[in-house]
This record gives sequence, structure tokens and C-alpha cells, in this order.
Amino acid sequence: MQFSGRRKKLIGNFQNDLYDQCLQFYGQPPLENISLTEFETFAVERLKLLKTVENVGVSCVKNSEQYTKKLDAEISRISEYEKRRKDHISHFILRLAYCQTEDLRRWFIQQEMDLFRYRFNCLHSKHKTDFLHKNNLKYETVSAEEKKNLKDKLIASSYGLSGTKVEEHDVYKVPFQDALDLVRTRKVYLLAGNAYIPHHEIVTIVLNDFRTRLSKALAMTARSLPAVQSDERLQPLLSHLSHAYVGQDYSIQKNIGKISLEQIDALSGKSFPLCMRHLHKALRENHHLRHGGRMQYGLFLKGIGLTLEQALQFWRSEFVKGKVDADKFDKAYAYSVRHMFGKEGKRTDYTPYSCMKVILSNPPSQGDYHGCPFRHSDPELLKQKLQNYKVSPSGINQVCPTTSTHLTRFSTVCVKGFLKLNLVEDAGFSLNHPNQYFTESQKFLSGGRDIKKEVDMSQRNLRSSLEHKLQYFLDEIQELSDPA
Amino acid sequence: MPTSDYDPACLPDLLPLYYRRLFPFSQYYRWLSYGGVSKNYFQNREFSFTLKDDIYVRYQSFTTQNELEKEMQKMVPYKVDIGAVYSHRPSQHNAVKSGTFQALEKELVFDIDMTDYDDVRRCCSAADICSKCWTLMIIAIRILDRALREDFGFHHLLWVYSGRRGVHCWVCDDAARKLSVAARSAVAEYLSLVKGGEETLRKVVLSDPIHPFINHSLSVVERYFQQYAIVEQDILCSKESVDKVLSLPIPVKFHNSLCQFWYHIKKYWKYLSCSHNIKKGGQYFDKEIMLQYCYPRLDVNVSKGVNHLLKSPFSVHPKTGRISVPIDLKELNTFDPFEVPTISLICEELERPRADEAEEDDVKDKENEQEAGERRRIRDYKRTSLAKYVKVFDRFLEAMARSWKGEMLKKSGELETSFSVFLTFMSFTYT
Repeated sequence: MQFSGRRKKLIGNFQNDLYDQCLQFYGQPPLENISLTEFETFAVERLKLLKTVENVGVSCVKNSEQYTKKLDAEISRISEYEKRRKDHISHFILRLAYCQTEDLRRWFIQQEMDLFRYRFNCLHSKHKTDFLHKNNLKYETVSAEEKKNLKDKLIASSYGLSGTKVEEHDVYKVPFQDALDLVRTRKVYLLAGNAYIPHHEIVTIVLNDFRTRLSKALAMTARSLPAVQSDERLQPLLSHLSHAYVGQDYSIQKNIGKISLEQIDALSGKSFPLCMRHLHKALRENHHLRHGGRMQYGLFLKGIGLTLEQALQFWRSEFVKGKVDADKFDKAYAYSVRHMFGKEGKRTDYTPYSCMKVILSNPPSQGDYHGCPFRHSDPELLKQKLQNYKVSPSGINQVCPTTSTHLTRFSTVCVKGFLKLNLVEDAGFSLNHPNQYFTESQKFLSGGRDIKKEVDMSQRNLRSSLEHKLQYFLDEIQELSDPA
Repeated sequence: MPTSDYDPACLPDLLPLYYRRLFPFSQYYRWLSYGGVSKNYFQNREFSFTLKDDIYVRYQSFTTQNELEKEMQKMVPYKVDIGAVYSHRPSQHNAVKSGTFQALEKELVFDIDMTDYDDVRRCCSAADICSKCWTLMIIAIRILDRALREDFGFHHLLWVYSGRRGVHCWVCDDAARKLSVAARSAVAEYLSLVKGGEETLRKVVLSDPIHPFINHSLSVVERYFQQYAIVEQDILCSKESVDKVLSLPIPVKFHNSLCQFWYHIKKYWKYLSCSHNIKKGGQYFDKEIMLQYCYPRLDVNVSKGVNHLLKSPFSVHPKTGRISVPIDLKELNTFDPFEVPTISLICEELERPRADEAEEDDVKDKENEQEAGERRRIRDYKRTSLAKYVKVFDRFLEAMARSWKGEMLKKSGELETSFSVFLTFMSFTYT
């Protein structure tokens, strides 16, 4: 891409060829010139789109009707050609911003994949086949005889597959490594290392291809990044773009040393979100926590301001009350605490887990106390726990919907819990991080509802128009995640 | 009882003997070299040792079998773990430019630990096991072995007793060793049915349609459930434990009739599960209960990581003294973890004199030292209870060796073709 002040217009025919399909694999980068303004605008809008994809994906079951409806509503209406051109260009701009670290790449690939899947599923069946042909995607099909032999098994493994569908449509056979999403959720029939994929699920194989290509492309982009970063016009924009999605990550502790160990018990009752309160109680009762729990709780404590020395003292004093003697603690567990603070190994200063991370990764198993109680606990047990914590019965009913549903916005419910505990109507914040819960709660309890004020202050500090734009769309995203 | 009381305090004396005369180094080296198909495969493999006083050292690597032996005999590790094959020699990882030292390949591994079943075991808890709960391991092995072979197409699986309370599975196929983190985690999740921590009561949720994998697993569980849960674990013995079973979501209308049956007549279990064929809304509560009590519980994190370190076969378990021996699946039903030899037993067996060896000694003197040492070692472990387990390992290696031959032929075929292309090219250039 070339960056100049002027904008070149394209010839009609070229337009038609380049963007004749509404979906693409982003194999070729755009070759036209665009203005800096367009560069900024396109990038911000695509980022907003990807952030929307992420939010809708957390609050609804992916690919359900509700999910599709919601995404439909978000995609703006402009001319089809313009849309596709913007899509093409903005994708490549964001590649520049999101190729740099493992975390950024993972996030970008995940959202682009979800977006691609949504769009592919929107295509008419004929267009799907066209897409496959145009992109030279050929997959091995299963012979009619094999289909007959495996018919029952195929029907029992794939959702929405009937006997007639098996007979009439193709079934594809790919190595299981190319259909991991289906394998992971056990939504496909496996035999001798091959996954048998019915036609209507072909999107999975295509997605796998998409992911592989994008992953390689990002790695390549990262290598050529230094050349791009030397352009002073782009460098600040790209770094703003890559920070925008994270929001506050609580990696920089603001209150180091301001919390004393004696305060923790009291604080856990007042200002810890339910997940951390749960972990704290389990630690006090069992004098032990497994790895998942130590990470989630230990990093949270770091985020609220505990120093390394305090943390070591805290964990040691608790573990020693159990089956671990001081010696063993120093040998086996102290290392891991220091690791959390970035003092061991590759010295990464780990950031406290956001709600999304707690909910989506590393689900608890037998003997674990980590995770999000609103996501991982049995409704009955959760109710009991809330009763113990003196939440009123009506409050409990609001917080624990009686229908167990994947669609509950867990962090929304967590905030509702905060409301009930503190007898407040409006929390004034939308939750996405346990440390945020702590900060807001402390703020609330110390009498200062200064949240609105803070936003104004920060707005005054914004200088560039770009930062304004980012702030705007961040606010819009917040609105989206608020309870409907 | 072939245990010959084991005392952890004797380890410092027993281990040197074990590593000098009993540890099957040549088979071990053969395994980890994988037929020499990939260059430097053994040299780039990470080992970690736990030494006396809990000193833990990582990034150990060795260039030859001889070096491995000498080092292990010198350091006398209490525990040996095997890690990944890296891009460079692990012992030199500090000299490598940061970011370039990477874990490339490793066997796909599974770790089944009995403590993960504590919520459904009544006979033991924590690190204890007994013959009653050992059935859980048998069920786990049968289910996972079938799935890994039939569903995933793997062929070379090594099942190993961990020495105390669980089993490990090493999937050694070439394709398995090359799997990415995402693929490993997908395989582990495909194999997981029991989900949830302390706070989850109903850990297995089944819905229509039931995947063939689950049906296969159920047929294994059903075979053992009656004996295991009803008889051995006695889950219906007291009101308290029946209540626990009933706390799992069973349609209320069945509670009373269930109580009556279950309290009085245990053998009506089968009748019960047949007569309540509720299919609407996926009410497979009887299957869910059986799976919750018996289905294997894996630690996904162990299987996910390419660089994850796992206890090595033939390592000694410091607390029980038992050797981590391979399990022969053909004899799975009769495998008894309490019959697995301890290090003290095999060292003692070694000391017992055998008449027919006196003659062989003379012949051996003529050969060079290493070969003699090896032959002595082979003779040695054959005299001990370790012998039959090394045989299991040998058979496993033989089966793999046949596939290595195929690989080597393929590779040399490739070499030939590319060489002839090169020659043709050269001949064009020089005309």
C-alpha cells in the first residue's frame, strides 16, 4: 500500500473484478492509494466491528439465531462495493497493528475467524460453492458405499444431519487436525484419524484454512513490521489500535503496598467479586489451592496492590497451616509466586485475568475452586452461597436465573450481585475485570461516586482526533454490553 | 507378597545399583531415537531430574546412549521426567538467541490420576488406592485406548503405571509427536466427558443425539459398573450414599420407586436402567450417573503442552519405591498395581546367586567393556521381576521399528529422487 495525500480513483472494470464476491480470503493486499484519513477511519471501524463480534460472541451462543440477528444489526449499510473495499483495506491495516505479540495475534485471528464464519454462513449455498471454486479449495469426498456403511454413525455425530441429507449431499473426509473445532466439541464422526464432515459443516474446514493462512500471514507481517513502523505518520496510530481492545489490564499496580495482609479478610467480604471471595474462602478453609486457583487469585491480589514480599508471606502462612511445611513451600510454591511477579523464568510480568479470560479459559475440574461462579457453578450451590453472603432472596432470584442458559451475561450478573450487596440501583460501570470490580467497590464504599468525573477528565486529556474516535467507539461498545 | 519392604531411606543405596545394572538403557535409547529417522532427535530431547533433597534440574540433554548412562549413574536422580524435542540441544539453550529455542515435537500424553475421582470413591481418598478403585483405571485404559486407536488412528501407544495412583499414556506415532498445542487440546477435550469442579454436582450432561464415541465408552462402563459401583464401591449401601446418587438430577417422579428398588434389591439395577428409557429432552440420567462414577478424568493441561514434562517410564516412585512399568493391555484384567516390583525387591533379587551364570562369565571377559556391560545388564534384569515388563516394552518397540523402516525407505527414496534431479540439472548446465 502506498500512502499519499491524494486519493486515486479506480477504473470501473477493475472495481468489478476485485470485489465481485462479498467474502474473501485476504490473499492479496490492496494495491491502491488511500488518504491518511481513510487509513484511520477504516482501521477504527474494522476494530469496532471486531470488538462487536467479540461481545456478541460472549453474550450469545455463537451461530445461534440471536447471534446472527445481533450481528446483522451491527453491520452498517453502505454500498456493497464500498463495503467490500473497506473490508479489504481495513483488514490489512489491522494486520499491521495486531501482528506484534502472541496475545494480539490470537485475539485478531479469533475475531476475524468468527466474522468470516458468520459471513460464510450468510451466503447462499450456491455462493458457498462458488467461493470454494474461486479459491481453489478442493476437499476429498467420501464414496457412496462408505457413506451407506457409516450412515447411522454419521447421523449420530453431526447435528442436523438426516439420512436423506447423507445420501444426497457430499460428505468430506479430512485429517482430524484440519477440523479441530468440530473435534474439540465432539460434533463430528472420527474414524482412523479422519473427520467425516457433512456438506453443511464445510465452513469448519474452510475456517481452518483461513486460520492457517492468516496465522502465517501475521508471522510474515511481523517480520516486515520495522519498515512500516519507521513511517512516523503510522506508528502512533498502530500502537493506539493495538491497545484499544484491551482496555485497562491492571498490569500497572496503582496502589502498591497500600493494602495490608490483615485487611484481606475484611476486603474479601466487601469488595471482592464472587470468584475471588470464593477462592479466598477455599484457601482459608483448606490451606491450599491448586495451580489454577493460585494463578487467578494470586494475580488478582497483585492487581489490588500486594507486593511480592506480602504475597509470599500471605501464601506461606496459609499453606503452612495445612500439609505443607515452610521448607516445602519455599522449594515448591515460592517459585511460582515469584514467577507471577515476573521474577523468574522468562520474566513476564503476568497481568491479572480479565473476566473473559476467567470465563473462557481453563474451566475448573474436580478439586478446583477457580473460574467464574456464575458460569461454572451449579445454580443451587450458587444460591446457597449467596444466601450465606446475606444477599436478599429477591436479589438472589435476579442474580440466579432459574433457567440455566448459556446466554447469561456472566459479568452483568456479577455486577447485579454487587448492586444487591450494596443496595444500589445503578452501578455506573459495566464489568469486564475482577480488579475493576474491586476498584469500583472501593470507590463506592469510600463515598466517592466519581466515575463520571473521571471520564470527563480523561476526555479533556485527549488530544488527537484519532483518540477521540477511539474513545467514542469504546463508549459505544460499552453501551452494547449493558443489559438490554 | 513380592514387595520386600521398601524404605525410602534406602533409595540413595538402591538407585546407583538400579541405574548401573537394571535400568534398560539400550531399549530406552532405542525408543527415544525413533529409528534415527529425524536427525538429532535424541540429542535435542529435554530430560529433567529430581535429585536428592528435592533439587530439580531442567534442560538436561545427552548426545549418546553412553553419555545418558554415565550422567544418570553419576547424578543418581530420584525422579526422571521426559520433555520435548527442541530446536537445539536443551543443555545449550542459554547460548541460543532468545526466541529461537523452541519445543518442536513430543509424544501425545495423558495422565489419569486417582485423586481426580475422590468425589466418587468411597474406598480410598487422596494418594491411596486399592484393588476396588483400581477398576477405574482399567475402565479408563480401555476407553481411551480404543478411542485413540479407532477414532484418531494412532497405533503406537505405551501405557505406563505411574508407581502410585495412576497411569500414563504415551502416544508415540509420528503424527502424534507433531501435533500442535491446539490439536492436543482438541483431542483431550474430545475425550473429556466429566466436567466441573467442587461446585458442580451434575458433571456429565448428555443430549440427543449421542455421539458414537460416547456409546462405545458407555458399553465399556456398563460392563464394569455393576461390579464396581454396586458391589465394590457399594454406592447403594447406605441412605447417605444413595442420597448422594439421588442428588444428581433425576426426575422427581422416579425418586420413590428408585429408592425402593435400590434399597432392597441390588441386582434389579439392570432392570431399572432398561425400564426407564426416557428419551425426551435427553433425559439420560442413568447413563449420566454411570459416566460420572466411572468415566476417565483427564487433566487437559498435561496433554495440551508440547513442552510439558512427564514422568519417564522405568523411573522409580520415591514414595512407594515402585518402578513405573509398562502395562500389557492383553493382561489388563489381571494387572495388579500391588504386584509391581519395587526397587528394593529387584535389587534384592539381583543379589541372589544363580548357578548357570558362572560359565558365561568367562566368555564375556573377551568382549569390550560396553558390550559386556550391556549384556550383563540384560542378564541382570532378566533375573528380576522387572523382566516381564521390559518384554512388554520390547514388543512395543518392535512394532514401532517396523514403521521406522517404512519411514527410512521413504526418506531414502526422496533422497534418491532429489539427487537424480540434481544430476540432471547439472548435466543441463554443463552442456
